Order: sequence, then structure tokens, then C-alpha cells
Amino acid sequence: MGKGISQAAKLGAGCLLTAFLGDPAFAADALQQSFLQPMGLVAQEQSAHLLRVVAVTMVVILPVLIGVPLILWRYRYSRPRGDYTPEWEFSKRLEWALWGVPVMVVAVLAGWLWYSTAKLDPYKPLGPDPLRVQAVGLDWKWLFIYPDQGMATVGEMAVPVGRPVQLTLTTDTVMQSLLIAPLSGQIYAMPGMTTKLNFAATRPGMAEGENTQFNGRGFGRQKFTVRAMPAADFARWAKAGRSTITLDEAAYAKLRRRSVLVDARRDLGLEASSEPIVMTVGQPDMFRQIVAKYHENERAGAAQGWGGTNNPDSDTGGEGR
Amino acid sequence: MSASTSPIVGKLDWTVTPYTDLLHQVNSSTIVGAGAASVLVLGAVAGGAVLTWMRWWGPLYRNWLTSADAKKIGIMYIALALVMLARGIIEGFVMRAHQATALGTLTEPESGLVAPDHFAQLFSTHGTIMIFFVAMPLLIGLINFVLPQQLGARDMAFPVLNQVSLGLTAAGAGLVMISLLIGKFGTGGWTMYPPYTGIQYSPGEGVDYWLWAILISGMGSTLTGMNFAVTIFKSRAPGMNFMRMPLFCWTSLCVAIMLIYAMPALTVSSAMLALDRYAGFHFFTNEAGGNMMNYANIFWMFGHPEVYILILPAFGVFSEISSTFSGKKLYGYTSLVIASMSIAVISFTVWLHHFFTMGQSAGVNIAFGIATMIIGIPTGVKIYDWMATLWRGRVRITAPIVYLTGFFLLFVIGGLSGIILANPSIDYQVHNSTFLVAHFHNVIIPGVLYGMLAGIHYWFPKAFGFRLDERWGRRTALLFVGGFVFTFMPLYVLGLMGMPRRSPTFQNPDFLPWMYVASFGAVLMLGALASLVWTFWTSYRNRAALAVPGGDPWNGATLEWSTPAPVPKWTFARIPEVKARDDWGETKRAGDPWKAPEGYDDIEMPADTPHGLLIAGAAFALGFAMVWHIWWLAALGFLAIPALLAWRGMKVIEPRIIPAAEVEEADRRFRATVASLAPATRADEESERNRGRPDLAEFAG
Repeated sequence: MGKGISQAAKLGAGCLLTAFLGDPAFAADALQQSFLQPMGLVAQEQSAHLLRVVAVTMVVILPVLIGVPLILWRYRYSRPRGDYTPEWEFSKRLEWALWGVPVMVVAVLAGWLWYSTAKLDPYKPLGPDPLRVQAVGLDWKWLFIYPDQGMATVGEMAVPVGRPVQLTLTTDTVMQSLLIAPLSGQIYAMPGMTTKLNFAATRPGMAEGENTQFNGRGFGRQKFTVRAMPAADFARWAKAGRSTITLDEAAYAKLRRRSVLVDARRDLGLEASSEPIVMTVGQPDMFRQIVAKYHENERAGAAQGWGGTNNPDSDTGGEGR
Repeated sequence: MSASTSPIVGKLDWTVTPYTDLLHQVNSSTIVGAGAASVLVLGAVAGGAVLTWMRWWGPLYRNWLTSADAKKIGIMYIALALVMLARGIIEGFVMRAHQATALGTLTEPESGLVAPDHFAQLFSTHGTIMIFFVAMPLLIGLINFVLPQQLGARDMAFPVLNQVSLGLTAAGAGLVMISLLIGKFGTGGWTMYPPYTGIQYSPGEGVDYWLWAILISGMGSTLTGMNFAVTIFKSRAPGMNFMRMPLFCWTSLCVAIMLIYAMPALTVSSAMLALDRYAGFHFFTNEAGGNMMNYANIFWMFGHPEVYILILPAFGVFSEISSTFSGKKLYGYTSLVIASMSIAVISFTVWLHHFFTMGQSAGVNIAFGIATMIIGIPTGVKIYDWMATLWRGRVRITAPIVYLTGFFLLFVIGGLSGIILANPSIDYQVHNSTFLVAHFHNVIIPGVLYGMLAGIHYWFPKAFGFRLDERWGRRTALLFVGGFVFTFMPLYVLGLMGMPRRSPTFQNPDFLPWMYVASFGAVLMLGALASLVWTFWTSYRNRAALAVPGGDPWNGATLEWSTPAPVPKWTFARIPEVKARDDWGETKRAGDPWKAPEGYDDIEMPADTPHGLLIAGAAFALGFAMVWHIWWLAALGFLAIPALLAWRGMKVIEPRIIPAAEVEEADRRFRATVASLAPATRADEESERNRGRPDLAEFAG
């Protein structure tokens, strides 16, 4: 049954999408932005669940959408048809239906909610040996660190098709929310804390990733591209990624400024464009250090490195008190 | 920054107005900003000029601003709400116009009608205004006007406290309004989530405007909740036991309880954020142990009950009008009471669904997701009950019924998207997207706005003595329905396509057609606003033809229809003895409902007082001074409030006594008028033959 429904869901999603998006969006190389064009199992399950919920909820909604116009037409004052029962105000049998049907629908939906929420828990690893990626939210860009590959990127994230990815998130500014709709749901990222997203791409393609939590002027341009590629291509990408720029404290301080990708490139001495920045990671545990900046007890003495905890644009800089 | 704070005017100087920005740089964004400020200034000047020209200052002060009459306070609340509604709708239109021109690239700076910061102020003020200064005053105003009349009471339990509540709400609204001209508003959205709204990332006056508007008006709403609750518990007419109360009174009771329990959470979260910003506290800062998750938790402990505070009065209105305009008893009274109360209670157990994506475990999300769905059950039952009320009735398609129809058809779609969002697994995708924006507009516009406008239409004759023009009323309703459909259905699509809410720009050209459709919808919304204003104006001009001195234009069943229209300040010449649910209807069935009472007594009414006005002035001064760091004025405003309370506490206050003779004379005149009117049948309801005396032969239900 599950299979049948997911088939139907796919079909339905397809119809919906053609209605919404037109054909060009279906082209393989287009930047996908919706979970209705899933590139991974998580998003696929989410879009299937959406259609499931819509279908089940129709049981309680259609009677209203159909019934109200019919009642108004049939019992309109100007030309009424049917009985007039002004004193009628209660019916036990009707009451059972009015309460019973919604209760049953909610019971069914609640069961499915439980099942799908437990199944799609973003903290649940999707398999052994996931690709570890660490995301740091900055104003108005995301920094992705590949600790095992020793590289870091801004504006682009590559993942191998078929291999689970475990994304660990934090921010070094205000709260943000990372969403790669075609692959996975979103989760908030907060300074001094980490959250996790587990997902895997099932087909090659390009997905748009974004921050969905408003965080100022550059919010609308805080986007990045996720490229899902075959494993061999990913290995090549990771090797080519060993660039001349080293992500050390100085480079990080520049990235940490409140700027969009183009301006950050300029700050790093790169040509101004929306091409991604690729860097070699200087300190392998920099992610941990960025998180630890916000923890009094873990911050050893003068370790106000990595740009401190203040708004990088404020005059005071450094220590915040 | 403290270096530039003057001891006299704080941080104020000549550069804070949008005109400075305009002089600095002329572009569409600064023109819109300066234009908005000019509308505010010109509006205030024009209003003042009209009051002076017509010599209305005195009457305004004596008859309205110092009145402790709940009915007048209710009308003033609604007038305030309609002014703010105009601003909110226009802001919505500017945002739609901006996004329709905001397609950009990642490389180029943002383009479009307004700058990103300006756009952020727009969505922040729009949300703040629509929730706190449109929806809240609309429903509080309507309850103020209707509740005592339906209960058979002369006034609220605490009439002067009621004045103070109105004053505090108006002071908050005033702060939001003045931010158009002096300084800027915050950019953190109506929820103002820290740490973005902390002092580090949002220095300046913007967030403070929001904080003080919320703190001051929130205090007013808390007091209102207490007032409503005590009124319902203690001021019902003899015989008006709980299960005889009209449904609107029941939903008011739910609202009262929820206001009492929910508003303090908002006051606490705002006060904590204020301490962070003003006093260097670290409740919600990034460093020093602050944690913004606490803000989200406390804010939504208020925020979710708030949604049902907004919608329950509308449910009360729909219960009244579905029965009245179908000429039938309300179906399932007990069921509706149970459903309303269940909603009020369950609404306190679902707040976490506003942040399913904050990183908590799946188990927590499942619990709150299911609780959220459960609240859909009583809501659904209510909708079916109203349908059952219309079924086998004789439904007159009046303006309120058009609103009700729009509500039925649109609200269930909002309910569907609500059930969708209640699923954490789907919420992970559409949270923070325009899908969410579409959802809450889809419940709040058909729910709150349609409900309140239907209520205004329904009770307007009771307040002013003449009906509103039905044809224009229906046109307005249809425009609001069409405006909603065209504005917000595209936002559902855009959300599913992956567009985040609050986006000052976007890069996907596929969004554009939907943006155009939404902008067209926003134009319809502007049209609806104009049509609403025109409805009031044309009805006012036609007031002689639309007059209903008989007081019962819709052949109603509840107590408020037994009195003249406009209703006298003492409401009831004699407090009625209630013998049944829908007491006025039962009296009609028994025949001769307009029989004069056996005798008249002196009536004690609360004396007029400027107390509320003075407290409002002090609160506004306090808020404004705190925003601009004018410490002496803040201290003065802060001390003035307890001083005013103490001063009033030490005075001997005599109530106003209306002599029995005056009441008797007015009441006899009313009964003579009714006797002289020709009864109008329901077929004549919209014609000039409807003078407020219905044909009793037709009454049933």
C-alpha cells in the first residue's frame, strides 16, 4: 500500500509541478529549489507525506466546500426549496458524525504524523560512514567545512550521490536556518550550539540551498548551490578544491564580516562574482573552536580568536562586554 | 553611542526623519518612506483642522475620550483598528509591489521598489500592526460593545479600567505610528527574534519602538481580559445563567481567560529583551550564557493562544449571524460551547509547533504535532454546526452572510494548510517559507477580518441607529474574498517552490508570474479598503433612509435587539429578567415583546473622567522617551502613572445618576416609536421599509 501511495504521490507531485513550474524547471541541469522535485529520499518522503495529508484531510474539508454552496443555494430566502425547521437545534445522530468523523481523521493523521516524523528525524543517520560536512552560518553566507577532505567552501556544497551526508550546523552570528529543499528539510543553527541534518542524494543534479531565517540586509542573497555528483566526480572535486587560499584566522575574520558572497570574494582578493570560494582548511578543528567561542569555560584565556563573538561590523570589536 | 545622547532630547536630532534620507539620496525607497511620513503628518493636520473647523474638540473630549461607557469605548477601539487597518493594507500592497519588482541576481545589489532595510521595516510593522493594533482592537472593541448588552448588563465590571486599557492600546498604536516620521522601526519581523534584535545586531531605536508598543498595549490587553472575565462572572442579568448566554459571550469568556494567561508571557519576553537591550543583561544574547531559544519558547507561549484569542470572537459572531440570517435556532449550542472551551484550553498546549525546526528530538515534535491536529477537531465541529444551522433555514444573503460564506470556503483551506504544517516532517520544508505566510493569512483574514467586519455590519445599527448599505457591504465582502484569493494563493505556490518569507529579493524568474498575480490581489485588497470606507460614507449620507429606530432590524433573538437603535447610554431602561436562552426571541414568541416595564428606577452610571486619557498620555511619554533615551521624560512618565492612580484613589468619586423620570420619558418615547412603525418582513429587510420593527409572525428560532 505504501508503495502504491508513493507512486500516486509521485504522479500527483508531477502534475502539481507541471502546473506550478512549467517544463524548464525539470531540465536536469536547472537549479532545483523545491522539495516537490526531490533529489533525495528525505525530500521525496516529505513530498509524498504532503500529498497523503492533503488526501486524508479532504475527508473533512470537501463536505464544507461542496455543502456550503449547496445549502446556500437550496435554502436561500429568495427562492427556497426544501423544509424549513426553525426550531430544530439538535440531533444526537448528527452530533456523533460531526465529532466522530474529525476525530477519526485526526487519529489516522496522528498515526501517520508519528510514523513520518520519527522516520524523517534529521538527527537520525542514514547509513554508515557518512560524509561529514560542517556548516557555519555567517551574515550572509554559509561556510562549509569538509574536515576529512581538509577543504572549505562558501557558496557551494558538493555531495556524492548515494553516500549519506551528515551536516553539523552552527552560526557565528544571529540565528539562521539552513534549507536545501530538494534534499532535506531545514534546521536552525545557533551560536555556541550545534544542530544536525542527515540526508543523501539519490540522483545527480543541482539544488539551491538557502537561509530561511531573516537576518538582515543581505538575507535575500544568502543562497548556495548544492551539487550532487557521482562519487568519482566528488573525489575529483575535493582534490581540485585544494586551493591557494588558506582558511586561517585572518581569512575567517574577513569572511565573518557582514557581507554577501560577492563582497566576501572581493575582501579575499578574488574577482567579484557569485562563483563559490574554495579554500584549504588551516586548522582541522576550527568548527569546534567557533562553537567554543561562545562557551566561557571552554574558551582558554586569550582564545578570542576567530573574530570574537561580537557583531563584526560594530566599532567595539573583540570582547563584547 | 551614549556620547551623542543629549540630556534634554536624548538621541533625537534633525536627521531622524525620512526626509533626511530623501535629501541624502533620491530613489523609490526614500520617496516611499517620505511619502508615508507625509501621509501621517497631513492626516494629523487635516484631522486637527476638521476638528477645529467643526468645533468638535469639545464634543470629542466630553462625549468620547472621557467616556467610561463600554459601548463608546468599543466604538473607539474599532475606529482605532480601522485606521491601523488602512495602514496595514497599504503596507501589504507596498510589499507586494516591491516583490513584483525584486527579481535580482546574486552578484548585483538588491533592486526593486524599496531597499532591503525598508522592506524589513515594512514586514515588521505590517505584522505588528495587523496583530496588535488591528485584530486585537477590533475584537476587544466588538466585545466591549456587544458583551454587556448581550449579558443584560449596563457596563463592564470596571468601566474606568476599561478606559485605561483603551488608552494603553492607543498609546502603543501611537508609538508604531510615530515611527513613520521619527526614526525607524525594527526589522526583526513581528516576533522580533533575538539575537538579531539584540543591541549588537539591531542598535538604534527600531526594536525599542516595537518593545514599548508591545509592553504598553500588552498591559492594556491583560487588564481587558480581567475586565471581560469579571463582567461575565459577576454582571450577568438575573436569570442569565451560563448555559443561557449567547455564543458570543461564551467566546468572549474564552478570550478573557486566554488574555489573562497568555498576555503576561509576551510582557515577560519583551521585558527580558528590553533588559538585554537597555541594561546589558544576557537573557537572549549570543554570549555570556544567553539563549535565544528561551525567547522563542516564552514568546510563543503567548503567541499560540493569541491566534485563538483572535479567532474565537469571530466564531462567536458567526454563531450569531448564522442563526439570525437563516431564521433558525443555532444548531448544537452545547456542542459549540464545549468546542470553544476546548479550543481555549488546547491552544495552550501547542506553542512548540512554531519552532519544530529548532533541533529538539522527534518525540517532542510528535507530541506537539499531534496536539496541534487535535485542536482542529473542535474547530471543524464548529464549522459543521454553523452549516447545520443554515441547513433547512431561510438564508438571507446579507453582507455578513457573504463574509460567512467566504469564511467557510477559505478557512477550511487554511485549516488544511494548518494540518499540513502540523506535521513536523513537512514543516521542516515549508517553515519560514511563503507557504507559512499564506497559511496564517488564510486563517486570520477569513477568520478574524471577515468575522469582525461581519460583526460590525451586524451590530452597526445598534451603535448608530442606521443600517449599513447592504449592496456596498456585499461588494466590500466580495472584494476582500477576491483580494485574499489572488494575494495569498500564489504565496502557497511560491512557498512550495522554495521561496523564504521576508525575502527582499529572489533570483528565480519562475517566481515572477506568481508575484504579479499576488500584486493584483493586493490591488483588490486596496479596492476592498476603499469600498469599506465608501460603505460607511454612503450609509452615513443615507442615514435617514437606513434608520432603524425600532432597534431590531434583523429580527434577532438575543437581548441587545430589545433596545432602541442607537442604544441609550444606560442600555436597558430596566435590567431584564432572563427566562430562557435567546430570551428576546422567546419574548417575541410569547407575543407583545415591546411591553413597557412596570416601573423605572434611577440608574447609576460611571461618571466621565479623563483618567484613561491621562494614563495613556503618561504611557506614551514613557514609551517614546525610553525609545529615544530621554531619561527625564521617561522618569516623569513612569512616575506619573502611579501618581495618577493614587490621585484618583484619594478622590471621592460620585457616580452619575440618571433620574428615573428621564429614563421613563426616553423609554416611553421608544415604545411609542415602535408602536408607530409598520412591521417589516424579512423580504423587506434591505429596503427602506425596515425601520427596526420586525414582523413577529415571521419569527421563529
